[in-house]
Amino acid sequence: MSNVSANSEYVSYLDHHGKYKGIMSWIMATDHKRIALLYMYSIMTFFIIGVVLGIMMKLEMLTPGETIMKAKMYNSVFTLHGILMIFMVVIPGLSAVFGNFFLPIHIGAKDVSFPKLNRFSWWIFVVGSIMAVLSQVLKDGPPDTGWTFYAPYSTTTSSNVIMATAAAFVLGFSSILTGLNFIVTIHQLRAPGMKFFNMPLFPWALYATAWIQLLATPVIGITLLMLIAERAFHIGFFDPALGGDPLLFQHLFWIYSHPAVYVMMLPAMGVITEIIPTFCQRQIYGYKAVAVSSLAIAGVGFLVWGHHMYTSGMSDTARWFFSLLTFIVAVPSAIKVFNWITTMYKGSIDVKPPFLYALAFIFLFIIGGTTGLLLGSVATNVQVHDTAFVVAHFHYIIFGGMGFAFFAAIHYWLPKMYGRMYDFKMANIGLVINFIGFNLLYFPQFVIGIQGMPRRYFDYPAKFQPAQLVSSIGGFILVTGLIIMIYTLVKGARKGAPAPANPWRGSTLEWQIPSPPSVENFDEEPVIKENPYDYK
Amino acid sequence: MSQHTAHIEEHRDDEASKLGMWLFIFTELLLFGGLFLVYSIFRMQYPVEFRECSLELSVTIGAINTVVLLFSSMTVAMSMTAIQKNDMKKALLYIGVTLFCAAIFLVNKYFEWSGKFHHGLYPGSELMKLLDRGHHLYFSLYFFMTGLHALHIIIGMTLLFVCFFKMKKQSIHSQDYVLLENSALYWHLVDLIWIFLFPLMYLIS
Repeated sequence: MSNVSANSEYVSYLDHHGKYKGIMSWIMATDHKRIALLYMYSIMTFFIIGVVLGIMMKLEMLTPGETIMKAKMYNSVFTLHGILMIFMVVIPGLSAVFGNFFLPIHIGAKDVSFPKLNRFSWWIFVVGSIMAVLSQVLKDGPPDTGWTFYAPYSTTTSSNVIMATAAAFVLGFSSILTGLNFIVTIHQLRAPGMKFFNMPLFPWALYATAWIQLLATPVIGITLLMLIAERAFHIGFFDPALGGDPLLFQHLFWIYSHPAVYVMMLPAMGVITEIIPTFCQRQIYGYKAVAVSSLAIAGVGFLVWGHHMYTSGMSDTARWFFSLLTFIVAVPSAIKVFNWITTMYKGSIDVKPPFLYALAFIFLFIIGGTTGLLLGSVATNVQVHDTAFVVAHFHYIIFGGMGFAFFAAIHYWLPKMYGRMYDFKMANIGLVINFIGFNLLYFPQFVIGIQGMPRRYFDYPAKFQPAQLVSSIGGFILVTGLIIMIYTLVKGARKGAPAPANPWRGSTLEWQIPSPPSVENFDEEPVIKENPYDYK
Repeated sequence: MSQHTAHIEEHRDDEASKLGMWLFIFTELLLFGGLFLVYSIFRMQYPVEFRECSLELSVTIGAINTVVLLFSSMTVAMSMTAIQKNDMKKALLYIGVTLFCAAIFLVNKYFEWSGKFHHGLYPGSELMKLLDRGHHLYFSLYFFMTGLHALHIIIGMTLLFVCFFKMKKQSIHSQDYVLLENSALYWHLVDLIWIFLFPLMYLIS
């Protein structure tokens, strides 16, 4: 399976099954690399379901009025799409898959600090996911509140809100435990000589992410418990009919859910920060600035939640304050973009699929980020609040950002994870189709959003028809690209040519060990370099 | 292949375990933090009603429970000291006392709650629905917060029970007591939350 099989010490983690055989050797695995693959398979499954739901919405929006489903059904579809994609795909996505796999290797460790807790995190992730799916099929009907569960609708609708919120609660617990594990791992298990500022920047991003997971997730936990209690006992925390305060729910919800956006984005930025130096064969520009900007984003990100609520009823003072903070949080993000681009200057650039995905990420992230500033300023926000403009901005950040970073990561690290290469030409074709499909799908939403197309509506006036048509066509092109991409990757992982240990001439530790890694990652003590991006 | 097996089981890092527990305690504080936030917002809106309701609670039972919990925090700390000095008998005794105190706390809580239930005052009851806003919110928060706290008492007791049996089996001893230390940390957290709950619920009249 590998080019180093001559070494008798070496056993690939894929072949070593420990105490259990067959499928149990995966379910009972405590090896961070096996757990990472478990997460990846489950997350990809939910991603595919989420994409199918997305395409159903695009079919519905093809023509005004009812096309393939009724309004109520449409509400359930976008709710499930949101819950799946947010709580089960993008929040765990990068940190649970690539964080689990590469964080220990990047810092020269054999595993995370609490391997059994890591396995437990995946188990409860699965339990939470099953609950989310159950909420769709139980007798009261699928929840139709949107993934935000806004009160008072969520406290009064007859659908399965309790099950869906309980699922989100359990999934949050899994996220907390992963974050806890990563923080302890980074503090305790760095190899001798690996100081904080010798770490690669992906662990830095994961470190900042883990603190958000740890400190923000309990707030949504208690909020969802209060929502459940409200539904069960009609307490009146949030329902104005009972004298409650729906704004309170929004505040509590966004105190978590805005930082959660950085749980999605920070690891994505970390991935891009790994890929760009490798394919430019050049030291990252401004190492410390990139490292510290991760912490800055995490810190300031806690204080900007009010920008989701400009039109909900807040004092002017609160609105300009949240607006100011929103502009401030854009600064460290912009620092990263500046540093990525500067790293390429005078580099010897090797145009391979991971690098192209990273470029696509930067392009889409700049569009998503700058439209975020339009939304962050109070005056324009009032105009486009709750329109398709927000949908487009959000998808440019989450799909164009986190999604494309996930694709970049999988193209970058697949040779290491499976010890096999994929077909570059097919990967590039997939990339181009994905990129075109993505922009066709979401860019028209900016335009009709400014013109007044509300989000979450299953109907629209005829004047939006052309844009909706382009958007739907974009959706189908994107799905085609995704199919090509997944096919190429699966084929590569199963039957590709054996990958060398360091196919991209990378300098971080994962490229110094065989592909796929051995069970304990490092059969010899790793040599820790002063500078993780040491290209000569 | 044998050199690859069980490296995880052999690996022991007490510092990591303690750091992990501290981080988990942060999450617990934020969990309750959300409730304290909601409490303070509604108390600001209904100061008079909250004061009236707190008259319904028995300050005596609340005070007894506070003393009991503080005492149990002391005994769990004494058990830690004893195990560090390799005095297993005393360590076991003090854990036993801690568990006994926890049980007293829950019994008192049971009587308090069942008294309220007896008067038809429980979440979702007809009487609760008839109450006006401030009273309804106070009692809802009271049941929610003390209920969640009681759940944490039970979790803490379970942890201490596990420690108790592990100490009997000698798998927790003077050289390896990080589980006891973490359970004690957790127990102090449960105590600390009560220190805030008691004045906010009982002493605002």
